[in-house]
Formats: sequence, C-alpha cells, structure tokens
Amino acid sequence: MENNFYTLHDFLLYTKGAAYYLMGAMLLGIFGFWHFMTGRDEENDIK
Amino acid sequence: MSIETPAVKKSWLTPFNVVVGLIILIGAVITALRFTKGLGAVTNLSDNNPWGMWIAFDLMCGVALAAGGYTTSTAVYIFGLKRYHSAVRPAILTAFLGYSLVGFALLYDVGRPWRLPYPFFVQSGTTSVLFEVGLCVMLYLSVLFVEWMPAALERLGFSKIRNFVVKLILPLTILGVILSTMHQSSLGALYLIAPSKLHPLWYSGYLPVFFFVSSIAAGLSMVIFEGTLSHRYLHDKMDETYLREHDEVTLGFGKGAALVLAGYFLIKVVGITIDDNWHYLGTGYGTWFLVELLGFVALPCFLFALGVREKNLTLIRGAAVLTVLGIVLNRFNVTLVAFNWQLPAAERYFPSWMEIAISLYIVALGLTIFTFISKNMPIFYEHPNFKEHEPPDLHEHKLKRHPQTFGH
Repeated sequence: MENNFYTLHDFLLYTKGAAYYLMGAMLLGIFGFWHFMTGRDEENDIK
Repeated sequence: MSIETPAVKKSWLTPFNVVVGLIILIGAVITALRFTKGLGAVTNLSDNNPWGMWIAFDLMCGVALAAGGYTTSTAVYIFGLKRYHSAVRPAILTAFLGYSLVGFALLYDVGRPWRLPYPFFVQSGTTSVLFEVGLCVMLYLSVLFVEWMPAALERLGFSKIRNFVVKLILPLTILGVILSTMHQSSLGALYLIAPSKLHPLWYSGYLPVFFFVSSIAAGLSMVIFEGTLSHRYLHDKMDETYLREHDEVTLGFGKGAALVLAGYFLIKVVGITIDDNWHYLGTGYGTWFLVELLGFVALPCFLFALGVREKNLTLIRGAAVLTVLGIVLNRFNVTLVAFNWQLPAAERYFPSWMEIAISLYIVALGLTIFTFISKNMPIFYEHPNFKEHEPPDLHEHKLKRHPQTFGH
C-alpha cells in the first residue's frame, strides 16, 4: 500500500492518530493480560 | 547447608574446568596477538564497521544482562520486597562482574586502550552521548563494587568497615537506579545519530526507551536464569533461607518479567506505528524483525504469564532463557545485522573467529570468577556473624509493607 503524505503535519496526524487508537486497544489488552496471569490467584483466594 | 569444604577431595579435571581452561588458553594467545599486532590482526573491523562483535556482545549484551543488579536491589531496598532479599547478593555479584568485564573488553576494542580514562580526566566531550555512557558505566561500576564489598568484608572478618558500608547500600541503590536508567537508555541513544545506517524497523526515536525497558526484562530474566544454574551447580553453598526463597524469587520475578515484556512489546508496536513502518514487515528484514518480536518478546511474555498462572517454575525458567536470548538477538540486530543494511554484501561485517573466541574467553573468565567468589564468600548464604545486620530500606520506618505489592 502506498501512502502519499504532502506535509509533515499530515504524516504526524496520520501516525499519531493510529497510535492513539492503538493505545486504547493496548489498555484493554493489558487488562486482559493481567486478568489471564493472575486469574487463578483470585479464584484460589475466593475458595 | 554445608559451608565447610567436604573432606573428600574432588578432581580439578571436570568437563567444565577443561572446556573453560581451553577457552582461557586460546583467549590468552589471541590477547597477546591483539596487543602486539593490533586490531587488524585479529578482527574484521573496517572503516564501514568500526564497531563489531566486541561492542555488540561484550558491551551491549554485557550491560543489558548485568541489569539484574539494579532491578533486584531496587525491588528489595526501594520497593521493600524483602522476600527477595536472598537474590540480591548473587545479582549484585553478576552485575559487578558483568560491568567489570565490559570495561575489560573495551581494552581490546579501543584502539589505544591506555587512553580509556581520557574522557574523564583529560578531554571531556560533555555533549557526547558516548561520554555520558562512559561516565555512567564507570560510576555504576564503582557503586557495584561498594555494594559487593560487604560479602568480601564478611569473609575477611572486617566487621566495622562492613557495618559502615552496609549503611551506604540504600543511597547507593538509589544512585545505581539513576545511573542505570541513564546509561541503559543511552546505549540505545548512541544509534540515534545514524538513521540512514540502521534499518527503519530497528531505528526509532524511542530507541533509548526500548533499550531501557528491555534491560529490565533482561535483568529479571538473568536473575532467574543465573539462580537456576547456581541452584544446580552451587547447591552446597546455599543456606536454608536462599533455598526457601528461591521458588518465590522465580515466581515473583517471572511475573515482573511478564509485565515488562508486555510493555516492551507494546511500545515496539507503537514505534512501528509512529514511524509508519508497517510496509517493511513484508520484506526479508521484516521477517527477521517479526522473528525477534514474536519469537523472543511475545512468546516468552506469554510463557512467563502462563508459568505464573499455573505456578509452573520450569516454564518460567524456560521463558527466562528465551528472554535472555531475545535480548542478545536484539542487541546483535541493532549493532550488526540491521546496521549498514544498505551496503553491498561484500562490505558487510562478519566477526572473525578470533573475535568470537575473545568474547567466549571473557564469558569463561566471568564464569570462573563468579564460581570462585561464590564458593569463597557469603553470596548464597548469610554469614553466621552478620545475620542481624541487614541494610535499612525506604519502607522500614514510614510505610507498612503491603502484601499484594508486586510478586504474588
């Protein structure tokens, strides 16, 4: 895929916009990761 | 635990000693060649590739893998995680030897090694990142020396000096974290000056952050890896406290490494996104980048998490080995594989066998000294005369430790 960027501003708007979406997804990802890693601890604590 | 030497005398001709002895012998011969005939006689270095194997492995990997010292002492003395206390001394010793050997290896790599102290005492290049790296490494090596000193002083029976040095441990730990943060990241910052030489997938404005974050994962993994090896080969030098805490250290550090690797993976993806380098992933270099990112970052991260979830220590130890290999691969990629990637194949650098032999020689020296010190000083056990004299930590007076802080 070829991207045509006319100015540095256009480029940054595009990449930083993508990074912001990515960071939102990461926040959810890290939450899921932590839940996966420590899920058993919580189950054991309840028992 | 048996601190006393067993009555039965063991032969010195063990497979380990023979192999290490042979490597040291070959290394000594090449050392003589290097210092009599010069760099050209033993290396494949050139004007295009003035930094080779010795920088990639001995310095870049050496510094990253010695990060266990600051990560462990920070966890114990600053975060107050006293249950990992038995891991501090082995980690400090590994770091101290690691940094000492980095300095030793530089003597081989620098054209005029007797001028190594020049930047500090004769001609300071205060605007240079390399100057900052050199200064931090020198200062941190001094810090590690003082942090390691109590073990030697306990062995020698100098209790007054030992008790004074122990009081310095907390401020030195804080200084050590500052210095480590600075030079671990600055090693990555060295490459910011060469955007046209380093492949875009590895080049990023975030290189210093990548190097720093990956060094934490390397440090935590090295503590697990080194602990596993020591547990196997130096078992008779360990006391009950060390043996009791060993599994907890593996599990707690595994959890820490999983989180750090997850963060590292995510910021690497942010790096690709910010520079819009997605299209490079379809190339040969892209495949190699994915091997590093998925095989040596994402995979050990998942294995660490699975190991912590299932309380599977073998899995955590395997993940630690994979992480250590991944950090080595990353440093090799940045300094050698992806560096000068646009040069024709004939002008690319590949280390000579003598460069590889010197790197192995330095590793063999490190292993020998580590084994010697561990067998003769209280590294894996507490000296019976000094059990009650632990250094204070930040949380001792002001904060009550919370059982859920980090670890399990």
